[in-house]
Amino acid sequence: MLTYVLKRVLSTIPVMVIVAVLVFLLLRLAPGDPAAVIAGDYATAEDVERIRTQLGLNDPMLVQLWRWILQLASGDLGTAIFSKKPVMELIGQRIEPTLLLSLCTIVFAVAVAVPLGTIAAWKSGSLIDRFVMFFSVGGFSVPVFVLAYCLIYVLAMQLKILPVQGYKSPFDHGLFTFLRHMVLPVLALSVIFISLIARMTRASVMEVLEEDYVRTARAKGQSEWKILMKHAVRNAAVPIVTVIGVGIALLIGGVVVTESVFNIPGLGRLVLDAVLARDYPVIQGLILFFSFIYILINLLIDLSYTLFDPRIRY
Amino acid sequence: MTDTQVAAKTMGAAAATPVLEVRNLSVALPKGADRPFAVEDISFTVGAREIVCVVGESGSGKSVTAFTTMGLNPKEVKPVSGEIILQGEDLLKKSDAEMRRLRGEKMAMIFQEPMTALNPVIKVGDQIREMLEIHTDLSAAEQKERVLEVMADVSLPDHVKMYDSYPHQLSGGQRQRIMIAMALALEPGLLIADEPTTALDVTTQAQILDLIKDIQRRHGSGVLFITHDFGVVAEIADRIVVMQKGKIVEQGTRDEILLKPQHPYTKMLIGSVPSMTPSHRVEIDKRSPALIAQKVNKVYGGTGLFRKSREVHANKDVNLVVHRRETLGVVGESGSGKSTLARCIVRLQDPTSGHIEVEGADIATISENAMRPHRRDIQIVFQDPYRSLNPRRTVGQSIVEGPMNFGVSEAEADSRARELMEIVGLSPDALDRFPHQFSGGQRQRICIARALAMQPKVLIADEAVSALDVSVQAQVLDLLDDVRERYDLAMLFITHDLRVAAQICDRIMVMQNGVVVEEGETAKVYADPKHEYTRSLLAAAPGRDVAFAK
Repeated sequence: MLTYVLKRVLSTIPVMVIVAVLVFLLLRLAPGDPAAVIAGDYATAEDVERIRTQLGLNDPMLVQLWRWILQLASGDLGTAIFSKKPVMELIGQRIEPTLLLSLCTIVFAVAVAVPLGTIAAWKSGSLIDRFVMFFSVGGFSVPVFVLAYCLIYVLAMQLKILPVQGYKSPFDHGLFTFLRHMVLPVLALSVIFISLIARMTRASVMEVLEEDYVRTARAKGQSEWKILMKHAVRNAAVPIVTVIGVGIALLIGGVVVTESVFNIPGLGRLVLDAVLARDYPVIQGLILFFSFIYILINLLIDLSYTLFDPRIRY
Repeated sequence: MTDTQVAAKTMGAAAATPVLEVRNLSVALPKGADRPFAVEDISFTVGAREIVCVVGESGSGKSVTAFTTMGLNPKEVKPVSGEIILQGEDLLKKSDAEMRRLRGEKMAMIFQEPMTALNPVIKVGDQIREMLEIHTDLSAAEQKERVLEVMADVSLPDHVKMYDSYPHQLSGGQRQRIMIAMALALEPGLLIADEPTTALDVTTQAQILDLIKDIQRRHGSGVLFITHDFGVVAEIADRIVVMQKGKIVEQGTRDEILLKPQHPYTKMLIGSVPSMTPSHRVEIDKRSPALIAQKVNKVYGGTGLFRKSREVHANKDVNLVVHRRETLGVVGESGSGKSTLARCIVRLQDPTSGHIEVEGADIATISENAMRPHRRDIQIVFQDPYRSLNPRRTVGQSIVEGPMNFGVSEAEADSRARELMEIVGLSPDALDRFPHQFSGGQRQRICIARALAMQPKVLIADEAVSALDVSVQAQVLDLLDDVRERYDLAMLFITHDLRVAAQICDRIMVMQNGVVVEEGETAKVYADPKHEYTRSLLAAAPGRDVAFAK
């Protein structure tokens, strides 16, 4: 087990290096110039050139890359071009809303999707099943921002039961205010997640219900409900948990959009602002950070398999 | 009449009343099935302290009978008339809730494959305890105590520790004992066993059969025992019910049916059971070996990042020679390494070391590319004809694929396929159909034709008749023997079934834990086994005291 964890942690290093190189090159390929943004609309060509030299942007690409990799190796994500703050510090300032939003979304999505999918599997072919499947297809097809604006229009502007946007930290404003501000973003963000997990749960539970041990449970005189709860769900867990891990990628994309729509000062907004300003160090640092989180979560998920299935040993 | 007389009389009546009485039961199949009824107008009884075997081939309706009794049939398979009376109560009139109460408490079931019948993620002790949880008011501690009691009753070693084991940590025999313990937990009057030993090795099978007999005797329950295996029937049955296509063709006591069968179907079934007495084989010319294997080793595991992981020696220094026109049988229980050996010889797996000579070339450790031209010389027929044919390709496409890979023209491959269809006893228009349109036996014939299309020198049959019904098994064995002679094939016949081995093998090789423990001419090995393991295998073969026809 420990050997396995160690192996997996070590194997993240080459992955991170590849991600770093790719991000670096992709950004340099994209049009736009941070120096031009800094210099402003009335700057002369000389001004821009001077700033480029200051920022080291005139050095050969490989030199810039090497400089960045060395910096990363010493544990430094770099300094933002505009705010002049270290990228690490920026992430630290902005991480709380994003973390809480993601966490609430995952918990809510799992809490809704797993029972929905299980019931759909149990009553497959019924009206409930068809509703769940319809919802999943719909949820998958509607873009997050469309859904977000619809929710804002109905629940915040027409019914006026929830705030339109904004973020209130639970540490400063209390849990209730925090949750009130979280409802809409979580709803918007979790729909696609719920669709994904509910579908997977349905497929997985349906497969398990065909297994011989479910028949054994029936032969014992166990009730259908208990069979579902005791025998089916735990056996169906591994594929469900896997899809949750894969879905983290979806979540990261969704966070950027959701935070912009709801004006939440998190990492998603930071990404967007940095991209608009071509703040290379910030963009690079954030993407690297997100990929690290993604790899880490999937490692945790792989390890969690042992909790669900005693046959899995690392 | 005094009270004692009344009591005595009712007791007498109770002993005479059967535990289970099935009267004129018919069970309908959904529309579009190959026949309207899964079982039709069947009647039989199971008395207390009696083991009744229901025997039949696949599709005979024997399992449907068991599942209808338990109320576990899928919804589309509905009982339409008749009665199933369990200790005075008609099961067909019960509600779902009432059936749930009866299941486990009054009747319990043991299934064929204990690995899949147990939930892989729940401790075995807790799975037995679930039975008590559902049906009794015992406290958790009392439940556990009772579970340990029944686990001890089915002779599980170290049962206190085993309570906390998961199914995959136990052997096949232990898992089936867990299933039996579970069925016994509430002392039901009726025990239904659906092919409970089919998935087990012979020696384990013998132990489980003994256990079922012993338990039935001690607990006085009635046993409805479903099986296709007449050897098992001979071991365990008090009475026998023979089913064919949903109808009972004959029933009677063990000796009546086994020794004096009346119905032609029963006679045919019993006549198809291969005998333990090896058949007479023609002397083989031992000067032309087609396959020589020397010191073949296969080791699994053994590589780890920081420390060596556990090594498993699946094959250890295995030597063998198969001559042209000869059949060498490899027998052994699961885990003996016989299938690994077959796979190494065909190079579906790479042997760790050794020499395998086919047509003068050593193919044991050559590269995949160098192996390719030799592939046609050595072909294999697998156990499960349902899964070894691609369901999306026609039979013809599956057969011509191999020869065409080796440059045979489509027209020639096609005409060869037609010829082969006749040889394996199928009509040539079978080539345009898909595998699912054929029965198991027909599919195995197709698999044999597929192998023969390559014009191999060596044919390996890996449990090739194990998944087939006895009557079909006999035909496929005849076919294999026929093509061996017709094409001068050297055949390596892998099997766990000593009866089958006795009928088709010129020589046999007995394997245990990856090692060949005994080898010799079939008749000699059966008559005078030298190794202790061979002796225990032969002794465990069920139904040895009945001389089956063939």
